[in-house]
Amino acid sequence: MTPIRAAFLSLTDSAVLVVARERGFAAAEGIDLDLVRTTSWATLRDRLVYGQVQAAHMLAPLAIAVTLGLSQQPAALAAPYKLNVNGNMVVMATQFAAALEPDVAARLADPLGAAHDFAAAIGLYRRKPIVGIVHRFSSHSLMLRYWLASAGVDPDRDIVLRVLPPSLMVEAMRAGEVDGFIAGEPWGSAAVDEGLAETVALGERIWQRGVEKVLAFRRDWMESNPDAVDRLLRALAAAAEWCDRPENWRELAGLLASSDYVGEPVELIERAISGQILARKGSAAIAAPDFMMFAREATSFPWRSQGLWIYSQLVRWGMVEASETNLAAAAGVFRPDIYRRALASAAPMPGASMKLEGALASPLPIGAHHGALTLGPDRFFDGRVFDPERIAEYIEGFGRS
Amino acid sequence: MRIVIIDDSGLRASVLEEGLREAGYEDIHVVPPRGAFVARLERMAPDVVLIDLGNPSRDTLEEMLSVSRALAKPIAMFVDKSDESMIGAAIDAGVSAYVVDGLRKERVKPILELAVRRFNAFAKVQAELDEARTALADRKTIDRAKAILMKTRGLGEPEAYALLRTTAMNQGRKIVEVAAALITASDLLGG
Repeated sequence: MTPIRAAFLSLTDSAVLVVARERGFAAAEGIDLDLVRTTSWATLRDRLVYGQVQAAHMLAPLAIAVTLGLSQQPAALAAPYKLNVNGNMVVMATQFAAALEPDVAARLADPLGAAHDFAAAIGLYRRKPIVGIVHRFSSHSLMLRYWLASAGVDPDRDIVLRVLPPSLMVEAMRAGEVDGFIAGEPWGSAAVDEGLAETVALGERIWQRGVEKVLAFRRDWMESNPDAVDRLLRALAAAAEWCDRPENWRELAGLLASSDYVGEPVELIERAISGQILARKGSAAIAAPDFMMFAREATSFPWRSQGLWIYSQLVRWGMVEASETNLAAAAGVFRPDIYRRALASAAPMPGASMKLEGALASPLPIGAHHGALTLGPDRFFDGRVFDPERIAEYIEGFGRS
Repeated sequence: MRIVIIDDSGLRASVLEEGLREAGYEDIHVVPPRGAFVARLERMAPDVVLIDLGNPSRDTLEEMLSVSRALAKPIAMFVDKSDESMIGAAIDAGVSAYVVDGLRKERVKPILELAVRRFNAFAKVQAELDEARTALADRKTIDRAKAILMKTRGLGEPEAYALLRTTAMNQGRKIVEVAAALITASDLLGG
């Protein structure tokens, strides 16, 4: 058995790692997978960068930021596998949400309208709203910024962004330290259940196939342990297939509910997995079947274009300078080549490594090695399309805020 | 030199503070990571910030350190990267240190070494305490199981213990596990 230690945060989207360990998929590949629970992204990053763990359940933008030297000790990280797509929601205090569309299903179905209502609600609120984000370099932060900016909100000027780890969000709401937050599940649902907040937007309705957590390694470790890496990726792919099957959802939620992993009630965790979202305490569930995805549509494939989209947003918000060097470093983090090597005979996968992001309005069968592959719709709610060959133009298109 | 310790375990913070004072540092403040602690920290303008590596508030702290306009000089974790063994020891001990830019290595190193020693000592005491607690709980479980066997099977205490031990050996389990299973079974059977 090859021992591999992987750090994770208590989130529903740690599912694939948990299942790989708990349902024997890792052991079947000869991997003794030890999962190390951490409570902040800084700690997860440090454990990976300084070698206490070999792998981590990491925010995709953080993997790129660490590689670019933007988050403490610089280190070349590599992400050959995406642990999930989507899975976030924006929740706001009930008092704030009172200024938005009252029919929650209609509100969530219309993210553009909701963004404009949000913009108007800022002025009506008793203070500049404080919105919790889990990290400056999180998909959540980039998505919230993207969404609000479409309605003319400058996220650095019109609201206060406060960084808190996901597991402390609900407590911060209770204490009135934040007026809402965007975080991975089950924390948004937990705030809704306590009657503290209402859902105001779903990640999957902002970007239908939003890049979220990746499996990150240090690049040097990944390159010197190809066999262990390939076996781990195969174990994760099998675990992800298991996670996608509806008959396993209850069991999956039960596994995650253990205090070793997420430590929240089964019912709460099951919502994201099954795509049944309660947007307001006591209201009917809203079906959002793509709320969190693990395996289907080659979800785990690390499209280079998605890494580059993250880079485009870091540049857009002035978090990194646009340069050829930075572009090349960011482009090297997502590693479809490793994915292909590990999973060549295991799963259908795309022939290309880059694509237009946001161009598909309906499912599209594509050329794939090994069987048929259909990509799902991946539009951004504002209809913009990201062409990884024309990044500067794309960034320019947002205008200066 | 102003040192701020961010910690919500009063005991660990005072163990560290005491060590630093003994070593001759005087300007030391302990700040619990609650509420608006970053604003307080910002006003203090520390030279060194020490925080448990596993503290959930590190993301909040790092965000402040990276965007603060109030701090005269930027503060980053382990500014001097040359001393890898020191950094390794700190990470293993669970210490993270944020140091103001430009502070000389010789001035930071003794603080870090001291923090590592104190954190390790604290962890050892903590582990011993946990062990003692577990041992006590185990003994109670085994005592209860023995009592059940003595009552239901009419055994004497040494025989009851011997039965638990043999069963555990045969099943390749710990005595306390067998005892716990027996208690559960007995509870279910209303024994």
